[in-house]
Amino acid sequence: MAEASSLPLEARSITVRFGAVTAIDRVDIVLEGSAPVAILGANGAGKSVLLRTLHGLIAPTGGSVRWGGSTRRPRDQAMVFQRPVLLRRSALDNVRYALAVNGVSGAPRERRAREALARVGLGDFAGRAARVLSGGEQQRLALARAWALSPRVLFMDEPTASLDPAAAAEVERVIGEIRAAGTAIVLTTHHLGFARRVASEIVFLHLGRLTERTPAREFFATPRSLEAQSYLEGELP
Amino acid sequence: MKKTFVACLCAASACVAMAQDFITVASTTSTEQSGLFKHLLPEAKKALGFDIRVVAVGTGQALDMGRRGDADVEFVHDKVAEEKFLAEGYGVKRYEVMYNDFVIVGPKSDPAGARGRDVVAALKKIAAARSPFASRGDKSGTDAAEKRYWKQAGIEPWTQAPKPGWYRETGSGMGPTLNTAAGMNAYALADRGTWLSFKNRGDLVILVEGDTKLFNQYGVMLVNPAKHPHVKKEMGQRFIDWLTSPAGQAAIAAYRIDGQQLFFPNAKPGA
Amino acid sequence: MPDIAASFALALRLITGGDAELRGIVLLSLEVSLASALLACALGLPLGALVAVREFAGRRAVIVGLNALFGLPSVVVGLVVYLLLSRAGPLGAWGILFTPKAIVVAQTILVIPIVAALARQFVEDAWAEYREQLMSLGVSPARAVPTLIWDLRYSLLTVVLAGFGRAASEVGAVMIVGGNIDGVTRVMTTAIALETSKGDLPLALALGLVLLAIVFALNSAAYAIREWSVRRHG
Repeated sequence: MAEASSLPLEARSITVRFGAVTAIDRVDIVLEGSAPVAILGANGAGKSVLLRTLHGLIAPTGGSVRWGGSTRRPRDQAMVFQRPVLLRRSALDNVRYALAVNGVSGAPRERRAREALARVGLGDFAGRAARVLSGGEQQRLALARAWALSPRVLFMDEPTASLDPAAAAEVERVIGEIRAAGTAIVLTTHHLGFARRVASEIVFLHLGRLTERTPAREFFATPRSLEAQSYLEGELP
Repeated sequence: MKKTFVACLCAASACVAMAQDFITVASTTSTEQSGLFKHLLPEAKKALGFDIRVVAVGTGQALDMGRRGDADVEFVHDKVAEEKFLAEGYGVKRYEVMYNDFVIVGPKSDPAGARGRDVVAALKKIAAARSPFASRGDKSGTDAAEKRYWKQAGIEPWTQAPKPGWYRETGSGMGPTLNTAAGMNAYALADRGTWLSFKNRGDLVILVEGDTKLFNQYGVMLVNPAKHPHVKKEMGQRFIDWLTSPAGQAAIAAYRIDGQQLFFPNAKPGA
Repeated sequence: MPDIAASFALALRLITGGDAELRGIVLLSLEVSLASALLACALGLPLGALVAVREFAGRRAVIVGLNALFGLPSVVVGLVVYLLLSRAGPLGAWGILFTPKAIVVAQTILVIPIVAALARQFVEDAWAEYREQLMSLGVSPARAVPTLIWDLRYSLLTVVLAGFGRAASEVGAVMIVGGNIDGVTRVMTTAIALETSKGDLPLALALGLVLLAIVFALNSAAYAIREWSVRRHG
């Protein structure tokens, strides 16, 4: 089965408008997937909208997004949201569901689901109802579900924003393992420490425009744009 | 989940599956409410070997059922309407079966002074006193009879405009009309059968009875298979034959409420 | 109402005495109402769910229409079904007028709009919550329908019960298409109507109390199930 690849991910001059509001303004970005990317910016800068557009959940009003040269989104991507959306089933069944809708059945589905749970440290929770797990456990479950699909690209929208520091640390560890296993990471976040530890590159948005794209270490030491400077100094919300 | 649903549906339809051996008889609410069928039908079923399903509605609707072919046999009490039904070709032949009688009921105190044996005189007195009168107004056999008596008294309150306040049309069956009459302490025309089994009498008693005009004749007809080929003509005719036979007539006469006979068989022999 | 004490006593005697006629009427009522509710849900739940998740021309009109059908006058449904199933009508050859099947047809038609409108409301709210994640997983809106219905199973149970309650309380349409035939199409509601019109109010009230008890028991069960589900799944 020749599987289409999402990489390279090319967004050419994309604009996203909701009525009179321009959320994304002529952004050009190409992702090869070799390095984890964190999208930073103030509230309302368009981080979440950009992420969703790159993942194909939002169709751009102008410009185009291509995945591996095609305008049809391949099935090798996954996304994790700030608040995990889980079905009223057991933890294991949630992972099984994702595999089932992607054409995996029988013994391979069982195996991959259990492996995914084990890798995020939820092996003992397989039979538990997903929605009674703690916030951190639920987010790890969402990651397990995404990871079980063996995606080439994993998008994450503020994955630690709703978590306490201990849970956030666990989630960060899992993300590290996913990255180590070779999945491309694209995420948005407000947690600068988290961004610094996880990302190799920073993309900075201001009012829908991409103002800079800089290797992470450089960005946090000496950001190139004024807006990024203000943001890091805490002057932008 | 789907399997359970299908299983439930199958069980439900199996439960509601019906026997095929039955006839549908269109009859009237007053006959049903008198309790006659509860007494008569088990005997008929034993004698004939099939079920008799009675749909009890107003005479107008009962005859309409026959016109549509939704009934096999008609068993109503409005000779004029029945003969029209025959003339239109929807029925085969009319057999007389039994008669009961109407009575006028009213408040014990009888404010209009209607008590007696003469129905026409009673109605004149009620109109003169403008005493409340509950009418069915529903195209039933009873309603048709009531209107006939009013016409004989020379009064037609339902045609007056504005409608007189004392003449109240309920547009419903005998029981509900009696309920209304009891509630309003009004006069009403009722068939004796419904009255005898009616338990909510309030202050009402029988005030007028015995006038020969008050006799109410029942007829039975087979719905014409020429118009509706699916009519169960053999079973229907057998039911009619049983009703008019000595056995059926005896069963009718045997029905009593509080020791009182309600229906008087009068089928013509060899009809 | 001095009859209430007498009615309660009569009702208890009827229930505990296992009166055969009463049992027959109650069983028939349960069968036809359950069949109608299940059939209406089989058709109405997916219908409501699809309207909730799909964008299509005229969607607003369909939603307004479904909500309006909530108040469908049941006697009108009864009359229309009667005309359809009458021998003189287009479906007369089926021969199901004045049988329990006709009652199920009429009741199902009455219940489908209720089930569909309520399902649409529940599924639309859930879809707002689940849409992005499901789309991300590659689930199309149509494929999402059974997933959403199953995920909302406890809430939708109350919809099934609402449908059952509506079916079980119907009188007018059942009277018209069923004919209230003794032992064949006489259900609790039409029996109550008959006894009332005969002026036999204590008996009618007794039947009414039995019907209320059944509906109350079912709703208590639904409540208990929902409570359990919240504890289990949060």
